[in-house]
Amino acid sequence: MRKVVKKQVLLQGNEACVEGALMAGCRFYAGYPITPATEIMEIMAEKMPETGGVFIQMEDEIASLGAVIGASLAGMKSMTATSGPGFSLMQEHIGFAGMAEVPCVIVDVMRAGPSTGLPTQLSQGDVMQARWGTHGDHPIIVLAPSSVYEFFELTVQAFNLSERYRTPVILLVDEVVAHMREGVILPAKNSLEIEERPHPTVPPEWYIPYADPGTGVPPMPAFGDGYRYHVTGLYHDVRGYPTVRTDEVEPLIHRLFTKISKDFDRLQWFDAFETEDARVTVIAYGCVARAAHRAVRQAREKGLKVGLIKLKILWPFMRRTISGILANSQKVLVPELNVGQISREVKRVNESRCEVVTLNKVDGTPIKPAEILQKLGEIYS
Amino acid sequence: MATAVHGPGIITELEPFTPGHRACSGCAEALAVRLAAKAIGNNAIIVNATGCMEVVASPFPYTSWRIPWIHTLFENAAAVASGVEAGLKSMEKKGKTPERNIKVVALAGDGGTSDIGLQALSGALERGHDFVYICLDNEAYMNTGIQRSSATPYGASTTTSPAGKESLGQITWKKNMPAIAVAHDIPYVATACPSYHRDLMKKVAKAVATPGPAYVHILSACPTGWRCPTDDAIKIGRLAVKTGTFPLYEVENGQYKLNLNLTKLEPVGNYLKMQGRFRHLTEDTIKEIQERVTQEYNKLVALASKSGEKASPE
Repeated sequence: MRKVVKKQVLLQGNEACVEGALMAGCRFYAGYPITPATEIMEIMAEKMPETGGVFIQMEDEIASLGAVIGASLAGMKSMTATSGPGFSLMQEHIGFAGMAEVPCVIVDVMRAGPSTGLPTQLSQGDVMQARWGTHGDHPIIVLAPSSVYEFFELTVQAFNLSERYRTPVILLVDEVVAHMREGVILPAKNSLEIEERPHPTVPPEWYIPYADPGTGVPPMPAFGDGYRYHVTGLYHDVRGYPTVRTDEVEPLIHRLFTKISKDFDRLQWFDAFETEDARVTVIAYGCVARAAHRAVRQAREKGLKVGLIKLKILWPFMRRTISGILANSQKVLVPELNVGQISREVKRVNESRCEVVTLNKVDGTPIKPAEILQKLGEIYS
Repeated sequence: MATAVHGPGIITELEPFTPGHRACSGCAEALAVRLAAKAIGNNAIIVNATGCMEVVASPFPYTSWRIPWIHTLFENAAAVASGVEAGLKSMEKKGKTPERNIKVVALAGDGGTSDIGLQALSGALERGHDFVYICLDNEAYMNTGIQRSSATPYGASTTTSPAGKESLGQITWKKNMPAIAVAHDIPYVATACPSYHRDLMKKVAKAVATPGPAYVHILSACPTGWRCPTDDAIKIGRLAVKTGTFPLYEVENGQYKLNLNLTKLEPVGNYLKMQGRFRHLTEDTIKEIQERVTQEYNKLVALASKSGEKASPE
């Protein structure tokens, strides 16, 4: 039998994202050029026509996510990619997609902000914006890859989660992961589990668009499938019509939250490294987790009992996982390329169980392994 | 008597936009800004949208601007200019600042004007602020690496409208921004090109002197994005005008006036064939473009003939 050699390819993070989107079944891209996310759009401009999909360059980011939402309602798996300033413009639509339960994937390749900031440099400053950027209480799913392969893998998962929960999913990527090139072996087509949005099984006249089928996620027909369907960003009743009735408003917002929160157990995505006996645990994500990994290895060589938790999912925050870490460590170190965004969340979950130490850098350059190692040495006792 | 659109003569030594900026070699847009700045003078505030001219004019830790300059966002040059103009007016009215007739000039690229900034521009023109809006049109998002905009001409290959087996590049015709500005019934609209430097400066000066909103649309060749030799930007600008692809005209209070008397248009192929972004075009497509250019030019001639003003000879 002929041995099948898996082919390794050299990919840039942004290229891997496109590969992931294609594998997940994304066939609609609408976007607007912005550094450092532009490559995703440029590659999509070529790949979409090749694969029978649609690529549209819109006039701005507001329009980009608008088109993505429209295409998703028409039945297409859709995405857009942007960076900080464009992500800010998209916020109102993110809220709409959450409220109207329209699956869509938004890639935010973070650059240092606020405002135009450092367009070509590095940051993790959009963590809280991804969580709370749009107004009002809303659930959101935010994934954070730290390698080129992970960017591929999490892009596929972003589509899966988006379809499964009928919710916008944000891929929060830093500029290093987006622009770095690594050798990756992409899985064969059809080897990954690809999820599709639940489709109504009842005849159109029986269909109630926003009735909870028990999972919290109502089935979703595409426009043109024959189902009458009223979509709005207003609070709506189970039939989709606007409502201000208190017995309809509150159940809706609760359902939007619980359709995701009931699955918190399934949404604990992390990599643990040397955490079993760790006295100090580093909690990191994105490119900082790479530096932290090396720092932890070097610290172990020196005999320090330290470990690393690499977060792959930022929101909903993995309270269960992190609580376990906090209970078993004397100290945790949270290095971040912002003034302290995930560390705030760690402190909130910590409830003063152990000491939470931060290491923040906001000058547009990466945190080096040596810096984390030094900090580990300082706080280790 | 009609003044020549270009020719010998002394140009002011005033340089509100200084050399040493970091534009690519052969950038006609930097030249356009330099000429426009000369015409604007020192008594002005520049509101610059995100784009090439913002990036190249302010490389850390320098600036090319000798006059006050605000870099705002990508979409809002006209909105911020509106605020600066209204704020100054109010401060002067209250006597908190002396009346100095300070000019407010917004600069934005074709993307910042015809795509993301169109809403802000339309609002500012409609409200009638006393300001000048200059669109520096190099026909794509050159700053982020040559992505198409709605000002990209039909057939041009860009990174998001790549030419290939399935596509001839940009598949829509260039958005007619000057016509959109004219539709706002503003007192002054003009098109200009740095290849005709006197004409450009004259128009910017006129726009600055016009009370109320004025719009100047400047086409400038971008050797990097248009894929042409860096010493050809002026020549290509001339050809854009002479082929009728980018006619030079003014619209004063609704009256059209062509500034160049082109008795016969040069074939548009002469213009297209100088640029790599059009290299894939077939003769059929070039013919199609020629038809469109002639048709659009004739429309302008018809509009201009109503006003009866004579254009100057080349």
